[in-house]
Amino acid sequence: MAINWFKYSAPTTFYGLAGKLIPWFAISAAILFAIGLYIGFVVAPMDAQQGEFYRIIFIHVPASMMSMFLYMIMAGYAALGLIFNTRLSAMMASAIAPTGALFALISLWTGALWGKPMWGAWWMWDARMTSELILLFLYLGFIALHASIDDPRRADRAAALLAIIGSVNVPIIYFSVKWWNTLHQGATIKFSGTSMHVAMQQAMFTMLLACWLYAIAVVLTRVRSIILERERNTTWITELPEMKR
Amino acid sequence: MIGLDIWMRENPLTYVWFGSYAVAMLIFAVEIAMVVHKRKITLQQVRLMREAGEEE
Repeated sequence: MAINWFKYSAPTTFYGLAGKLIPWFAISAAILFAIGLYIGFVVAPMDAQQGEFYRIIFIHVPASMMSMFLYMIMAGYAALGLIFNTRLSAMMASAIAPTGALFALISLWTGALWGKPMWGAWWMWDARMTSELILLFLYLGFIALHASIDDPRRADRAAALLAIIGSVNVPIIYFSVKWWNTLHQGATIKFSGTSMHVAMQQAMFTMLLACWLYAIAVVLTRVRSIILERERNTTWITELPEMKR
Repeated sequence: MIGLDIWMRENPLTYVWFGSYAVAMLIFAVEIAMVVHKRKITLQQVRLMREAGEEE
């Protein structure tokens, strides 16, 4: 049976699909967070050099990766909305921005907490930290610009441009450790393999997956509110069961 | 600051847990509360607009 995926690019059909998917993503995220924390704090051994402080990695790395992934997805949706004038793409971009900003904030916060015992400072103007801070400002700029324009379609277009231009910062964050001498170490996990202990890898990937599922659940919930708000004058909204309660 | 340095080295797990994980969980909890609240408010607004439209 062939599924017509384009069917779900319309807010009308996507709204219902998102509603059905949210509980599954939310429950899976909660379970994976519990498993990830258990492996990270109980199973994974202590690091020979960093002691217990290294355990910040299980939230710091997934949060940093999520902040970059979400920005690229947001910019992708924004570009789709700008090129094809698709309503749902722009709504998705606006729904992703706050979650991406929070992941960037968590990344910076946990990085500062890790930096203090390891480097002796909460903050350094290191290339990776500075570019991650710029990413947070880009998210905030996207949210502020979108909120400052009353007409939602014009706001979508203006914010989309900012998102697309800002996407140049994501490869800068990723390659900063190669291009400049930074306090951050180079990539530990490569396609060729890793020197990390198996339990540490398991904890990190479980937490990363949990963060993904959490982000999807939250973004879908937010986009449903945006769809409701923007499509409030359409007949399909008035026919929704939650509107008849 | 010196006191904090000594404390974090004596209690690394407490520092890691409360400083990073508890803060991250708090941020997630606040975000969840915000999206749930936003949904409730939006539904309420759309219902009110619909009722106002029906009365006209």
